[in-house]
Order: sequence, then structure tokens, then C-alpha cells
Amino acid sequence: MTDVIMPQMGESIVEGTLTKWLKKKGERVERDEPLFEISTDKVDTEIPSPAAGVLAEVLVEEGMTVAINTVVARIDESGAAEAVAAAPETQAATAPAPPAADSAPAAPSPAAAPEAPSAAAAGTEGIPGPLSPLVRRMAREYNIDLRQVKGTGAGGRITKADLEAYMAAQGAKTVAQAAEAPPPVAAPKPVPPPPTAPLPRAEAPKVRVEPMSIMRQKIAEHMVLSKRTSAHVTTVHRVDMTKIAKLRESQKTEFQARYGFGLTFLPFVTRAAAEALRAFPLVNASIEGANIIYHNEIHIGIAVALDNGLIVPVIRNADEKNVVGLQRAIVELATRARSKQLKPDEVQGGTFSITNFGSFGSLFATPVINQPQVAILGIGAVTKEPVVIDDAIAIRSVCYLSLTFDHRLIDGALADQFCLKVKSVLENWNEPVL
Amino acid sequence: MQYSAAFDLQRELVERRKRGEIPDQLLFVEHPHVITMGRNGNIANVLAPPDVLERAGITFHATDRGGDVTYHGPGQVVGYPIFDLREWKRDVVAYVRAIEQVIIQALAQFGLCGEREAGATGVWVGGKKIAAIGVHISRWVTSHGFALNVDADLRYFQYIVPCGLPKPVTSMRQEGCVARREDVIGEIQRQFARVFDLEMLEKAEACKESL
Repeated sequence: MTDVIMPQMGESIVEGTLTKWLKKKGERVERDEPLFEISTDKVDTEIPSPAAGVLAEVLVEEGMTVAINTVVARIDESGAAEAVAAAPETQAATAPAPPAADSAPAAPSPAAAPEAPSAAAAGTEGIPGPLSPLVRRMAREYNIDLRQVKGTGAGGRITKADLEAYMAAQGAKTVAQAAEAPPPVAAPKPVPPPPTAPLPRAEAPKVRVEPMSIMRQKIAEHMVLSKRTSAHVTTVHRVDMTKIAKLRESQKTEFQARYGFGLTFLPFVTRAAAEALRAFPLVNASIEGANIIYHNEIHIGIAVALDNGLIVPVIRNADEKNVVGLQRAIVELATRARSKQLKPDEVQGGTFSITNFGSFGSLFATPVINQPQVAILGIGAVTKEPVVIDDAIAIRSVCYLSLTFDHRLIDGALADQFCLKVKSVLENWNEPVL
Repeated sequence: MQYSAAFDLQRELVERRKRGEIPDQLLFVEHPHVITMGRNGNIANVLAPPDVLERAGITFHATDRGGDVTYHGPGQVVGYPIFDLREWKRDVVAYVRAIEQVIIQALAQFGLCGEREAGATGVWVGGKKIAAIGVHISRWVTSHGFALNVDADLRYFQYIVPCGLPKPVTSMRQEGCVARREDVIGEIQRQFARVFDLEMLEKAEACKESL
């Protein structure tokens, strides 16, 4: 008997509704023939039969919703191959269960049994459960006889992990055989190799392959594109944040009480950057062919770290907002970025970007430009440092601002003028916050 | 194109896709007035009796996609992706979300803000449904797809409870956006390419002939 299970049709899916049996109890079904239909979120899916045989038991009725991997039916394969006597049936039934240690001498039988009818014919016969395309492909690529692989998945089906374990074990075996003298004992006779039984799974796979998420792929693509497109140069300026640190310290409690979110250094730097962008429009530009596109509006992207990636939502017309407005926009965009609720137009159209790696403790870094922009400002951590002022040593709150700019369009002198403007706004802060 | 003809064409393409004879396909069609019902549909959501539908020139089809009852007609861009999800992601929910994303991004290009509603697959503008989605999957090959109201006559929706939800429908036209059908299709194609990371090959002539 082969168990038929409710398959998992996606990462987030934990259950499925069985909407229709395409075969009735007692009816014959071929392997891979559609057996039943399930429904999840506006998607109807036909599920193929994992084995050829007779639909012996129907355990889940139409309309029922069950958890994935629930056994929904059983297929009696004995009806499939009439030629084969009763013996393989019992063997097939025992196959999914991991062989007990003391039954080791009997272990070869599940592998040997299917060989009898047609060893060379259909290479997947006698294998419990459906084979995923990945498993099929791996078997093809590595030339693995799937009948030698013990399945540990549902209903004894062979999973990728089983193949990897098998390959690791085979690898170990060949190494061991090569190391020893060619004829070890009189053992290697036509006896089918007892699958993986005697070999412990000592050789763990050396690598783990995992496809990149779409977001990861997009980030990778964009980063390389940017490095290839722009002539990246980074300049670093030290900014005395003492005045702002004091202002923030004195007002943050009331700020939190009044607006419901905290006050960080980021909106101050964003405010200063917006002023500097207004003063130096070339830093707010982009390149199109042989033309310089000056953007009359200042839209500042703020890099937000996600669990496994990053996204740069945009504060539109950032130069029209004060510290409160900027802080609110930053909090809202970051919250929605992390809950994946950003709208497409909220991550498009930025004319300049800011990245706040200082919040992770970095002093300064050389960020990559967010194309098609021509500059990005990185904010280092605000720390107290001894600073020489008028030949005296003072303790000041300082922060390193790094500007990566596209040297195709912006020369070092302009980049530094821009940074000095940001620095000057921050060091001589004169806007009230509350 | 008649719904039944499109249905047969999809079946044929699905089989050929399964056999690996053809790459992923994206069909765009426009149907004459038709009401279709998914496998899990409730006939009670078709509000008009058959003779009323017939007099209104609407045909009725039971079909094998997911979802409840829906209406197709002139002024709608109906898209049928025949994709092998094994080459993308084996995740039916992710697939439906990706189709929503395609439509949301396409609508954004026309200045409309499409949204998702929790528990209600499709794309919504201001709480009204602008695009419906219903999918069938066989061995990870998709068929059926989505219907976006461009300038469809929304009065036809009065005959049904769209998708079994008592919520209003809308169209791009209704939302103040007058767009040409070809432009909408072009934009959807571009967004499909972006969201699914596909390269689009234009086969307008071939398609027109087969449709």
C-alpha cells in the first residue's frame, strides 16, 4: 500500500482543502495520473497519483480541509502488477519503515525485489512515493539508481536529503574501497550492494545549496550594475554632533510622548543633506546618456535593513519636511518595509540616498550608489571621542559621514563642499525640534 | 475570443508545456460576455436565471480554475499565463501574490494605486475590485489567470456576486484612467518580465492567428 498525502503547495501553506476526487474508491489509477484536486487561495491544483494501483482507501472526503502531509488515501499496488506474486506486496509495505538494526541481513530484499520483474526497464518502478522533479534531475545528473536509495520522506518517498546522504555514503564507500587493497574479502559477489545500511552517515554534505530569493537576486544584480556603471569614490568627514546630541537628549522624552515614536540622529542628517542637495544640485542629479538630468525635487531614499536583504523606501520632497516630519516618514517607511507593505511607488523615484550603518556600530563605510543616483551618504555611529579644540582636548560626540559619489559627474571638490555644507548645518543646528 | 476556444487552447498549451515542447506562455485575450464558475463556486452567486442571462447575451461556463463566479467581457484584459512553476517557485500562494504584484505595478504606471486585501485574492482600488484572479495548476503548470477591468461595462457584474464576495467592482476607466488596451497589455507584459524574471518574446502574429 502506498500512502497518498496532502502535498505542501508552497512555503506558507499549512493545510489544503480537498475539493474533488477524480477517482472513486476501488477504481484503478496509473502513476502520475491526476487523482484528486485541492484548493488553496484561488488556486485549484490537480494532484497526481504517487503510484499505480487501485484506490483502496479514501480517508479524506471532498470538502474537508486537512493539514499538509495528512494521509488522504491509500493505493493498493498489488493490483498494478498482477504478474508479481504476493511476496512483493509485503515487502513494499515494509519498505517505508526504516529497517531495524537487527534485521540488517534482510535489508537487501526491498532493493532486490523490484529488480526481479524488469531491472533495466522503467528506472522508477518499485520506488515508494512520487519523485520530485528535483530528485529526478539529481538522479539523472549524478547517475544514481534511485532503487538503491532509501527514502525517509512521507510514505517512504525519496527526498533531496536522502539523495545527498546516499551520495555522501557512496563517496565514502568508494574512497574506502580505493584505500584498501582491491580484493578485500570474498564478499563482493553478485549480491546487490546493501544500500547504505552498514555505513554511518559520517560524511555530512560539504555544502548546502539554496536558491536565492528574488529579492536577493535583485540586490545582487543592482549592486554589480551600480559598481559597473559609476566611478565610485568615497570621501569621509568628521562631524561634531555634540550640539545635536544635547538637543536630542533634552527633548527625546517629550518627543516620544508627543509623537509616539523616538527621536534619532537620522532625521537631523537627512534635514542637513536636503539643504546641501538644494545648495549643490549636481549631487541630486543623474546621468542619462550624455545628458545630466537635474531633479528639481529632492526625494531621499533611506536604506532599511530587512531580515535577509534591504530596501530603500523614498521620502518624497524631503526638503519640505522638518525633523518631526522626517522622523515620522522614516518610522513609517521602515515599519512598512519590514512588514512588506510598501507600495511600488514608495521605493521608486529617489534622487539621493542615505544609509545609516552607524546604527549597527560601524564608524564609516563606503556604500554603493543606488542607481541611477550619483551619490549616497553613509552615517557612522555617533560616539564620544577626545577632540582637539584650540589646543585643548575636549570630549565631543562625533560621527563620520561618508559620501560615495559618482566621479563621472561629481569631482572631489564638489563632493567635499557638499559634505562641508552637511557638516556646517549639523554643527550649527538652529532649527527647533519641538 | 470565445471562452471555450480559449479554454481548449490553454489545455493544449498546458499539455505541450508539460512535455517541455514550449517555453512559458502568456496569453492575452478578450472574451465576449461570459460568466464562468470555478470548481468551488456556489451557483447561488449567479443572481440571474439562465433565461435572463441568455437574453442579455451572456453565456455560462463551469470551469476548473480556483475561485468562485466571475464575469468576463469586452473592455477587460484577460491574461492566461501557462507557466511551469517548477522553473520559478513551487508555491501556489507565492504565484498568486506575484500576479497581484504584476497588476499592482502595471496599474502604478497608469497612476492607479492597486492594493491587496487580506483574505481576498485580487487587486483592489479604494476597496473596489479591479482585477480578479483564478488559477488552475496541474503538475505545476498553470492555466487560467487574471482579468483586469480596463473599460469594461461594469453593469454586467450585477448578474453575479463576483468571487462570492459582496464587494463593489471598478475599472481603470471608472477610476479616471483612460488607457488603450494595447498599452495596458504592454505594461502587464513588462511587469510580468520583472516580477517573474522572464524574457518576453513578442509573438503577436502567431497568437492572433491561433486565437
